[in-house]
Amino acid sequence: MSGASGWQVFWWVVLPYIALAIFVVGHVWRWRYDQFGWTSRSTQLQERKLLKWGSPLFHYGTFAAIGGHVIGVLIPERWTRAIGIPETAYRWFSAGAGTLAAVLVIGGVVVLAGRRLLVPRVRATTSPIDYVALILLLIVILTGIAPTIGVNLLGHGYDYRTTVAPWFRGLFAFSPDVRAIASAPLIYQVHATAAWMIWAVWPFSRLVHAWSAPVWYLWRPYVVYRARRASPPAEPGTSGRRWRKIGVPY
Amino acid sequence: MRVMAQIAMVMNLDKCIGCHTCSVTCKQVWTNRPGTEYVYFNNVETKPGVGYPKRYEDQEQWQGGWTLDRKGRLALKAGGRVKKLATLFWNPHLPSIDDYGDPWTYDYQTLIDAPAGTPNPSAHAISALTGKDMPIRWGANWEDNLAGAPGGAEADPNLAGLQDAVRLAYEQAFMFYLPRICEHCLNPSCVASCPSGAMYKRAEDGIVLVDQDRCRGWRMCVSGCPYKKVYFNHRSGKAEKCTFCFPRIEAGQPTICSETCVGRLRYLGLLLYDADKVLAAAATPEPADLYQAQLGVFLDPDDPEVRAVATRQGIPADWLDAASRSPVYALIARHQVALPLHPEYRTLPMVWYIPPLSPVADVAGAYGDDADAVFAAIEALRIPAEYLANLFTAGDAGQVRRVLRVLAAIRTVMRAGQPVGHERGRPGRPVPAAGNRQVRRPVRDPAGPRRGRGAAAGPA
Repeated sequence: MSGASGWQVFWWVVLPYIALAIFVVGHVWRWRYDQFGWTSRSTQLQERKLLKWGSPLFHYGTFAAIGGHVIGVLIPERWTRAIGIPETAYRWFSAGAGTLAAVLVIGGVVVLAGRRLLVPRVRATTSPIDYVALILLLIVILTGIAPTIGVNLLGHGYDYRTTVAPWFRGLFAFSPDVRAIASAPLIYQVHATAAWMIWAVWPFSRLVHAWSAPVWYLWRPYVVYRARRASPPAEPGTSGRRWRKIGVPY
Repeated sequence: MRVMAQIAMVMNLDKCIGCHTCSVTCKQVWTNRPGTEYVYFNNVETKPGVGYPKRYEDQEQWQGGWTLDRKGRLALKAGGRVKKLATLFWNPHLPSIDDYGDPWTYDYQTLIDAPAGTPNPSAHAISALTGKDMPIRWGANWEDNLAGAPGGAEADPNLAGLQDAVRLAYEQAFMFYLPRICEHCLNPSCVASCPSGAMYKRAEDGIVLVDQDRCRGWRMCVSGCPYKKVYFNHRSGKAEKCTFCFPRIEAGQPTICSETCVGRLRYLGLLLYDADKVLAAAATPEPADLYQAQLGVFLDPDDPEVRAVATRQGIPADWLDAASRSPVYALIARHQVALPLHPEYRTLPMVWYIPPLSPVADVAGAYGDDADAVFAAIEALRIPAEYLANLFTAGDAGQVRRVLRVLAAIRTVMRAGQPVGHERGRPGRPVPAAGNRQVRRPVRDPAGPRRGRGAAAGPA
């Protein structure tokens, strides 16, 4: 961290850690005190025609964008080099797939945001925290898409894997490289800052439904029975399995 | 054999006068909250009619319930687990609020605050969704008593194939009421559709509930239920449904809809069934055989073997006694005068209906003891047996005619035994429920058999 000014340390180290702390503690609090409010708060009942396009576009685009961030930010550049992927190949893959994801996300979020603001039935369900989350999401998406399309696809390219990515990974290793992120172009800095703010807002918004992605539905028995008698603790070796076939003794 | 107990209900449609008291008291108890304005755990529909929400019975449109796949195995009609997860972000089969009707209240304050001299201040309808003025277009009782039936009720899915035979002209019109609650199915497709696992069937009494803490608002139960008896609370973002008034049931009281029913048409009771047979019964190849298949799932509570197995499997003795005293078992299984609603959905519903004689007066007493005349009257009833069959037996009109004949025969027998003349002022014997196994041959009047033209006729 040598050479970093005080406010740089504050901005790129303290703030992210505060956001992370709020993220963790907030989720624990929300789970313990407000599982009743833990929902996607769908408005499909009120409006279905716009949602038909906006919601799948946004969600599938977001999955693609998240996958791209895992590849581009979490995986170090030297790993992809080690398996023989040159920087240019990575850049064009990043630009191509990133643009595809960007188109999906921006298309979806435009429909969803427009729907939320302009359809009275949907607007009436919108709480202040929804607006906060939506504004932050718009900032993150726009500042994420602009360099993806403007710099990597159409421009000369920028290797964020030598600046933004090491700093981000460093946060989790408790040795963030402040100078690396401080030297990144402003748009990447705005993108990263808004992303941290989303982490801080996340536990208090409807975004929590992301953690409830019901993948275990794929192997659960169809019909769930529940008895009122207290269930005994999980047997050793069952790894705390929650779903049992009915009729199987404990 | 795996014995399970199920709280069930039978409704005698001949007794329903369509007063909606059940709906009102149910709403007062359970759904008088913001977000549930349009939610009716109990509603009363006029048949023929499109129902609530519109055309909910047409599963080609809504894709609720179960179907059989190409290999004859049971499958959710709306698609399997992968498709459910893939359509999580937009459920292609979810009704919109307009299929129920935008819920509204009125701007009553205008009436109070209108300046003196205002000619006829009127209270505008205000949408519960937006709080703004709205035009009223549809609601839960929009087609009460055949209102708008010419031009509207033709969309009733149960009239499919009957349009030529059924005319909604005034002279030929027929109607009856169909009170509906959640069916608390033995094979609930809403539970199977819930990605979160928030919906469950209680192991003790079979009541199907939504765990409000686990529901994440994925909405698959709403579309998965073919009866559309799971509703989406638009405020809380969670699913809600009829609870069979489980707090009242646990306290030994009837459901609020049963207790406040003016016509006393709801029978509540316990049934024993073999959980091992449920899936096979639901996968019966021919839809018209599903009624018989479901009967085959129920267990005789007086069978010593059943009682022994049930006791071994932890069903308490007083529950077994309740099952053997159950009017619901008598009506459904012993005398088989009650029929399931839409067995073709393959959910094995557990709220059954005694089909209506229409009009009752044509059958009851009009033909005295002449059995042949009574049975002929069944054929002349205004409600086509085929229409009832589309509701209750997946199209098997023979089963409907059989039930109607049994009902007519019981009416004739019971009327023949009613006190007349000098006995009229005296409280009669408690009339056993139709179909109860305690029914005995009624006491004949000492004056001997007579043409039963009702109590007013007096001794012959």
